[in-house]
Amino acid sequence: MTPAPLVALVGNPNSGKSALFNALTGARQKVGNYPGVTVERHAGRMALDDGRPVELLDLPGAYSLEPSSPDERVTRDVITGAQAGERLPDAIIVVVDAANLDNHLRFALQLIALGLPVVVALNMIDLATRDGLTLDPEALARELGVPVVPTVAVRRRGIDDLKQALAGVIGHGTAVRLAAGDGSVTDDIVALQRRARAIALAGTISETPVRRWTHAIDAIALHPVAGLILLTAILFLMFQAVFTWAVVPADAIDAGFADLGNAVRATMPDGVLRSLIADGVIAGVGAVVVFLPQILILFFFILLLEASGYMVRAAFLMDRIMAAVGLSGRAFIPLLSSFACAVPGIMATRSIEDEKDRLTTILIAPLMTCSARLPVYTLIIGTFIPNNPVFGFVRLQGLVMFSLYMMGIVGAFFAALVLRRTVTKGASSGFMMEMPKYQWPRARDVLIGLYQRAWIFLRRAGTIILFSTIILWALLSFPKPPAGSDISEVNYSVAGRIANTITPAFEPIGFNRDITLALIPAMAAREVAVAAIGTVYAIDDPDAPAGQESMIENLRKRWTLPTALAFLMWFVFAPQCISTIAITRRETNGWKWPAFMVGYLFVLAYIASGATYWIASAIGL
Amino acid sequence: MDMSTSVMISVTLEKLPRRQPATVAGIDWAQLAVPEARRLRELGFDEGVAIEVLHRATLGSGPIACRIGRMTVALRRAVAGAIHVSTP
Repeated sequence: MTPAPLVALVGNPNSGKSALFNALTGARQKVGNYPGVTVERHAGRMALDDGRPVELLDLPGAYSLEPSSPDERVTRDVITGAQAGERLPDAIIVVVDAANLDNHLRFALQLIALGLPVVVALNMIDLATRDGLTLDPEALARELGVPVVPTVAVRRRGIDDLKQALAGVIGHGTAVRLAAGDGSVTDDIVALQRRARAIALAGTISETPVRRWTHAIDAIALHPVAGLILLTAILFLMFQAVFTWAVVPADAIDAGFADLGNAVRATMPDGVLRSLIADGVIAGVGAVVVFLPQILILFFFILLLEASGYMVRAAFLMDRIMAAVGLSGRAFIPLLSSFACAVPGIMATRSIEDEKDRLTTILIAPLMTCSARLPVYTLIIGTFIPNNPVFGFVRLQGLVMFSLYMMGIVGAFFAALVLRRTVTKGASSGFMMEMPKYQWPRARDVLIGLYQRAWIFLRRAGTIILFSTIILWALLSFPKPPAGSDISEVNYSVAGRIANTITPAFEPIGFNRDITLALIPAMAAREVAVAAIGTVYAIDDPDAPAGQESMIENLRKRWTLPTALAFLMWFVFAPQCISTIAITRRETNGWKWPAFMVGYLFVLAYIASGATYWIASAIGL
Repeated sequence: MDMSTSVMISVTLEKLPRRQPATVAGIDWAQLAVPEARRLRELGFDEGVAIEVLHRATLGSGPIACRIGRMTVALRRAVAGAIHVSTP
């Protein structure tokens, strides 16, 4: 059986390509990676009207066939058949923004010149109409020599016509001319641009100037004062939502896992297996899954800001500040994403063209407090910091949480400043970005994005976190102390012995054995620290009821306030989780930079925790 | 003969007042880094194209947002300084 025809979606950034991909494939998508690079490969399936299945590929947005980032290189390589592990597409759908033909048709001309069967999707035609443009798709088709189909991806308009046009061109390709880089006229950007403008003019029936509401919003959003106030308000709302909206679902999940653990204890006979399931698996995984609501809320906002077009405005406003520490406004987007998780954040640095600039952003991205640290912060703050009102509606717990976030940000800026003058020294980087029109984000696109994030998180909980909690449970449970021994089970176990050995190195900064025990598995994933503490106390105190209540009681008994504060500080700078180290290795092509990152963050974390512990102890907290 | 009506006044994009319609008179490519120059071309910067400054970020030295063709593009002042525009 021959494989289904492969069709690639190609287009400029901001052409609505991914929305079109979602409209064509629905939820039937697979997100993977191209080998050797961390460019996400989005593939999906759809059926043509005649029933033929087609594999659809959503390629990264690009401005031309001359790549200036790893993303754009993948796009070029796939459509010229040079990408390892990927077939040459049987056809391409070129997605252009109907309201920006002048620019998007230039890339379309380059793509058409490649010789593959092409259908042009004249996307976002509704927004073009709103902008006062009346277009003539037939005239455009004549000029370009390929079918042109008007579409509105977000409203699923024109999708059937697009499929029909696609069915008509698949299998009718001319021989492929690999035009990229052959020095022909298709490489002369200026000449192509002029031709694109002429075609756009021929395809435009009328154009009435209207006041575009994008400009009206930008008058506020990009205003030097009002814009910054708006940005601050949005970020405040975002973090407020993360902490308040998540309470109800998180409590429900926690209660569910506690019930499950208690049910297992009540029904299974006492023994190793019961301990493994109740103390290891359920207590460990439950302690992490509790944070799914917070993570989803954070991603919800980030997806919303990206889909609406606001993210680039934020980058614009932040460029001046970023420039002061040697970065560009572009770094703002990866850094903001790093508040959810450093892995997508570091992957998002691929849009930064300057190599030194990108490297610096990667190195400081882990200092943004990722959502995996939230479980740790929430637990320790909830346990040790009284929730007294400080002034007005501001309470002490919230204030401490806010300070931890701020410390990460300040630390990151300071680190960038130092790095840019030492290890990543180089010419100051540039900032040049297209600002897309504002768009109302579509629920469908946001939901697909959220679903993918939730799935990645749960898969992590089901694999790395499950695996490390089981190992930790085993290390904590064996060997068993002999009957009648007064040494506690944890102290006698392998993990207890390891922790006892390394604890002296951490004692000067106030860490007790429970903490050093938790730090080891926390390398796998940060939120495991909470799971690890949960498992330690569950094994040490098997008669206590399951759930967070008993854990908090145990913490209050065993930790002092300076220790708790030092522990929080450790997590502001903490050396990275395995996933972050792995992604850094992949993005920087080697072990040098991840090793450097872990090293400098370890030193920062040790100093910051130590200073916190000593100061807190000295003032008698 | 009065020349003032026919002479185009040439300034750089950096100095162009906000909301003042202009056209690109020329770009000093030598002032720009190679990737910067290429991106600028890809974004449609070319002689004769209509351009207008929409916003200046922070007062003083932040980036500039300008309308070029049908796009809005943000760029730093150093780059804007290499783009010469003429106003009628």
